[in-house]
Amino acid sequence: MTKPTQIEQFNVQAVNKGGAKKLFAATKKIYPKRVEGKFRQLKWLIMTVTLAIYYITPWLRWDRGEFAPDQAVLVDLANRRFYFFFIEIWPQEFFYVAGLLIMAGIGLFLITSVWGRAWCGYTCPQTVWVDLFLVIERAIEGDRNARIKLDKAPMSFTKLRLKATKHFVWLLVAISTGGAWIFYFADAPSLFVSFFKFEAPFVAYSTVGILTATTYIFGGFMREQVCTYMCPWPRIQAAMLDEESLVVTYNDYRGEPRTAHRKKHANDDAPQVPMGDCIDCNKCVVVCPMGIDIRDGQQLECITCALCIDACDSVMEKVGKPTGLISYATLKEYNDAAAGKPVENSVPILFRPRTLIYSAIWCLVGLSMLFVLATRSRLDVNVLHDRNPLIVKLSDGSIRNGYTVKILNMEPKRHTAFFSFKGLPKGYMRIEQEGAKLIKNGERYQLTLEPDVLRELKIYVTMPRSFLPQSDQSFKFVAEIPASEEHHETPAKFHVKKY
Amino acid sequence: MTKRPIDEITGTETTGHEWDGIRELDTPMPRWWLITFYLTIAWSIVYCVLYPAIPLINTNTQGTLGYSSRGELTKSLEKAREAQTGLREKIKSSSLAAIIADPQLFSFAKAGGKAAFKVNCVQCHGSGAEGSVGNPNLNDDDWLWGGKLEDIHLTIKHGARYEQDDDTRLSDMPAFGKDELLDKTQIEQVADYVLSLSKGSADASSSGAKIFAEQCASCHGETGAGDRSVGAPALNDQIWLYGGDKKTVIESIHNSRKAVMPAWAHRLDVETIKQLAIYVHSLGGGEK
Repeated sequence: MTKPTQIEQFNVQAVNKGGAKKLFAATKKIYPKRVEGKFRQLKWLIMTVTLAIYYITPWLRWDRGEFAPDQAVLVDLANRRFYFFFIEIWPQEFFYVAGLLIMAGIGLFLITSVWGRAWCGYTCPQTVWVDLFLVIERAIEGDRNARIKLDKAPMSFTKLRLKATKHFVWLLVAISTGGAWIFYFADAPSLFVSFFKFEAPFVAYSTVGILTATTYIFGGFMREQVCTYMCPWPRIQAAMLDEESLVVTYNDYRGEPRTAHRKKHANDDAPQVPMGDCIDCNKCVVVCPMGIDIRDGQQLECITCALCIDACDSVMEKVGKPTGLISYATLKEYNDAAAGKPVENSVPILFRPRTLIYSAIWCLVGLSMLFVLATRSRLDVNVLHDRNPLIVKLSDGSIRNGYTVKILNMEPKRHTAFFSFKGLPKGYMRIEQEGAKLIKNGERYQLTLEPDVLRELKIYVTMPRSFLPQSDQSFKFVAEIPASEEHHETPAKFHVKKY
Repeated sequence: MTKRPIDEITGTETTGHEWDGIRELDTPMPRWWLITFYLTIAWSIVYCVLYPAIPLINTNTQGTLGYSSRGELTKSLEKAREAQTGLREKIKSSSLAAIIADPQLFSFAKAGGKAAFKVNCVQCHGSGAEGSVGNPNLNDDDWLWGGKLEDIHLTIKHGARYEQDDDTRLSDMPAFGKDELLDKTQIEQVADYVLSLSKGSADASSSGAKIFAEQCASCHGETGAGDRSVGAPALNDQIWLYGGDKKTVIESIHNSRKAVMPAWAHRLDVETIKQLAIYVHSLGGGEK
């Protein structure tokens, strides 16, 4: 039945094993062992892609002409602009970001309901950076056993050298992580230079300092503690999963009763001892970055990184059993398989009311934002009526109203615009900044709008005494840019009475 | 410590509390979290020593750093004032025309004038400078002593009918009724004529017109257009400082009006007065 194989047995216990524990337990250090397999490959790939996105994005260029920065992704807090490739956002358009956050939230729900905690296991920055820190640790101190041995060994020159090297490389990673962050908020190449000349603003250094510290502490020391104790998501996701969500499952109907010394049992020639496929080698426990035993069932700590699947599959291959003793399975599939029923293919799990509703909401938010974005005007006019005084009576008996008009040219181009008002026949306006010229109802006044700026005008509209309306009258301020076919009408009110 | 029950499935202690058969697990906290908690306590103790913290009966502990939020405010105000010194010096040494020609000085002066106005002028002229009975509206185009920048500046500097200032704006309309220069009928006649001036229905042959020509035209002008050099208001326009009804006009002729505006040269510094003049001039009625 079984070939004689050399499967190493690990002496290890899951960190969350029960027992009469003392209050405020000391954290058990986890030494995850290296494992190979398809999920490990996938994790390497995702780790490379996400880290590359993070580090490279600020260095991408995007030509926007002479009046806007050429950084593809830039959060320009100082000038209150946000650039994302071909999109430029002003502060009042921040709802796009809110929409993106809503989409990210709904997307997370959708992913969770289909693939369980795929976010936690593959793409969460905590997971990605811990993986990176582990790679470094392994390269310098060796794999699990070597690290345990090193930690137990008394302080020596070799130990000091290895530890110092590790922390030095960790700090380099941490600094470049914190360092990359600031490049999203200023022109990356020039900030890079000024940063090393110590000419960058203080906030740049403090941000790098804080993010270096958090990366170093979270990636090097806190690791699984962040997921288990600090992150709210593991607790929320319990409510997001259902019997059709993929989770990492130990198929105990196949594995139990686990038997550590099956060779002995086999030699004993005692077939009456029931033997499951699990050989209790504990490899799934030693590779787990969370330090848990998946065979205890689905747990709060499990981030579904699937490294235990890789570990178990490699063991199953060696002992000549089918792989998948630990596998991604839904609760339904598990129940069906445990009951000996045929297991349905897991593709239809995509099409159930829950995922369809999440997808519909996600698409709705996305499409409406796209629509608004595609049809938005790059010219805007805001009108504020003077409130104190509401009206001014002039010596000839005419009535004057004052307005603050803000014209927003949201394009990084200089424009020739025409400004006028309509709806007050016989009325005239004067633009304070443009001198004493009186502009009649309907007459277009030419203005130059500087690129990507807000122009504020103080405007006085006067109605002669003999043409005064009986009551407050609505009219419109009109701004036009012929070059870009922009036409903007903003309603306003002309008051004739004090209240 | 008494031994507490242990949950069979997880092997973890329970708190011993039970609700409908459900017991609460007492999963231990990580020690680092406890340490963090103690660190926050240590932090609060250090904070209490360094900063004002504990309320006493009449006061509170002051802290060894000598920090107070009022002190912070004073410091930041001083800093702001320091930052302004350059511009204020420039305003002090520049002419009014030069100030409004320089966009930076102009906007600084307007903002400073607005702030000074809110402190010194709103009591009479109102927060929007819209004025009230006897206190001129500064937004309109009707000026007693002139609406040019220099005129406004001079008015603010020396005030009106302000006895302590020798250069004050002085206009002295006789109290025609009180001093018995005109009798009751004459006052009524001239009041009617004055009102007709602003309505555009003045009758030059009326007896009121004759009295006006004799008694009033020397200051208010033959057509009632007023004379800014002596502070005589225009009577042929639509703006009445005290009211445009007959009763009020009769009262004005009978008693005369002697509103006083203080001279601000004695209270405010040179640059503030310049800023005030620029602000008032920018309200929409300023003349070139």
